[in-house]
Amino acid sequence: MKLFIMTILNGLTLAALYFLVASGFTLVFGLMRNVNLAHGSLYLLGAYIGFSILELSGSWILGVAAGFLSMAIMGLLFQVFIFRRIEGQDLRQTMVSIGISIILADLMLAIWGGTTYQLMIPDALYGAVRLPVVGAYTIYRLFILGAAVVIGLALWLFLTRTQVGMKIRAGVDDKDMLAATGVNVHRVFAIVFAIGAGLAGLAGVVGGSALSIAPGEDVRYLLASLVVVIVGGMGSLGGAALGSLLIGLAEQFGLAYAPTYGVVYTFIIMVVTLAFRPQGFFGRKA
Amino acid sequence: MAGPSAQIPTVNSQAAGVGYILLALFLLIYPWIASPFWAVQIGAQSLILGVVALSLAFLAGYGGMVSLAQLSVAGCSGYMVAIWGFNDAGMGLGWPWIPTVFMAILIAVLFGTLIGAVSVRTAGIYTIMITLAISVGFHYYVRQNYPIFNGWNGFAGLKPPIIAGVNMRAPIPFYYLSLGVGALAYAATVYLGRSTFGLTLQGIRDNDRRMRALGFNVTAHRILAYSIAALLASVGGVLLVWLNGRIDPASVGVGPTINILIIAVVGGLGRPIGAFVGAVLFILLQNFAIDLIARERFNLLIGLVFLAIVLFSPDGLLGLWQKIKKSAGRS
Repeated sequence: MKLFIMTILNGLTLAALYFLVASGFTLVFGLMRNVNLAHGSLYLLGAYIGFSILELSGSWILGVAAGFLSMAIMGLLFQVFIFRRIEGQDLRQTMVSIGISIILADLMLAIWGGTTYQLMIPDALYGAVRLPVVGAYTIYRLFILGAAVVIGLALWLFLTRTQVGMKIRAGVDDKDMLAATGVNVHRVFAIVFAIGAGLAGLAGVVGGSALSIAPGEDVRYLLASLVVVIVGGMGSLGGAALGSLLIGLAEQFGLAYAPTYGVVYTFIIMVVTLAFRPQGFFGRKA
Repeated sequence: MAGPSAQIPTVNSQAAGVGYILLALFLLIYPWIASPFWAVQIGAQSLILGVVALSLAFLAGYGGMVSLAQLSVAGCSGYMVAIWGFNDAGMGLGWPWIPTVFMAILIAVLFGTLIGAVSVRTAGIYTIMITLAISVGFHYYVRQNYPIFNGWNGFAGLKPPIIAGVNMRAPIPFYYLSLGVGALAYAATVYLGRSTFGLTLQGIRDNDRRMRALGFNVTAHRILAYSIAALLASVGGVLLVWLNGRIDPASVGVGPTINILIIAVVGGLGRPIGAFVGAVLFILLQNFAIDLIARERFNLLIGLVFLAIVLFSPDGLLGLWQKIKKSAGRS
């Protein structure tokens, strides 16, 4: 029973992290039809930059802000200078993003080396709380869960209650029509790309404090984002939330109860979804 | 990217015919003028990676499906060679090489067909995502699984067999084996491209709804294309594992998976020969990156080359060559 509850909690916190990464990925795809396979690299680069800023300044909050801002700016530059030029050629955009991810991975290896880093958690979030049944559980992991819920709600409010959000949703549905109404679609694209990339960077710092950062983490989070949006449906925030929950829980249950075959659970979920609902749970037919 | 440029190659001039004969002669005498390193590490390796990349070029060029799982299929067949034959971990079943290779190819083709059956449920850009997810999943799976795949360690001590009294471990026979397989795979791909099946597949690539309306079973054709590509990849996988002598989770990781895509795209996805052109360039860069840029920065170099090709010449080196030829002809 204790293991069961513990696994659920771990699964939820992992799902929270996956949601932060995948929500940006799914928004960028939904709006621009751009499968940005460099999304995992943005996660890892954000984490490294956050780590370096934290080392320099000693402030965790500054590190998180640096992770978000640096990746948001980077995403903006990618969109404006590269992806915008090859708009509408989705396969080519994806290949370009693969090229970017190879280059970024190598540059990160050159700068930060192959060592594993762990970000220092601020004192306020350090330690454990007593929970019923499970006993002690780290505060920080609960904090990640809370942060993901808050950010998810904020994103949802932004998308449903603000004018920019309305334009983004309209763009997901029909971007040519949106452009015809006089909206500057490219500005909307740039905003979404910046937010998506920034969220990946933020998740890198937050996640790097709970787990660790090392070369190869980019691929792990890219895979998680891919499976989450395939299961949840492209371009849907709700889909990203549901997909993250399923994948996070499946991964932790796999680890706890069937270590040798853990990955298989994730893929069974993906294959079953594809078999019965190819566009994902919340996705619309392309 | 794999647009209308992927026509059926036609030999329309005698000059091209002479070119093919000269190329064939060069490939045949190459191991006698090259050192064993050049024969095996450059020559045979290019041919083998070319065959694996060819399986991707076949799927992408004729079928319009860019699958990133082709190296996983090759890796699956490599693992099966280790599991059915002999390996240093003592976990092999110890079958002779013919049934071992047969089982390896059979299982890998089944694996590739399964991947196809899953990924044809969606189309276009989704295919890349699903096949990438499958290939990363395969990597994590073999890394976690000790009873069958021996986890992190993988298998070592996988040597090429002695075929008809010829020891394939020697550089020159191994080169000729790779050359034979490469030439056969190339010829088969070109032939398939001109066959009824290949033409139907290209029709589906260009307009699947129209083909469906004409009464073709689009899904079955696509899955069969995956099976054929898996056959090519699995043959390449057997040779690859003989060349390296070992297979482990790192050899089916994301890096090698992306390398196959790079090889196919840099050469030019539209034409079968592009896979081999890309492979030669890739292997040369890999071995001589040390002279251009620090050895450990090879990925940076290949990433930049790949990015430049995708941004400026989507048809790869062959497309670039065609463009140069055309502009030279005009002036």
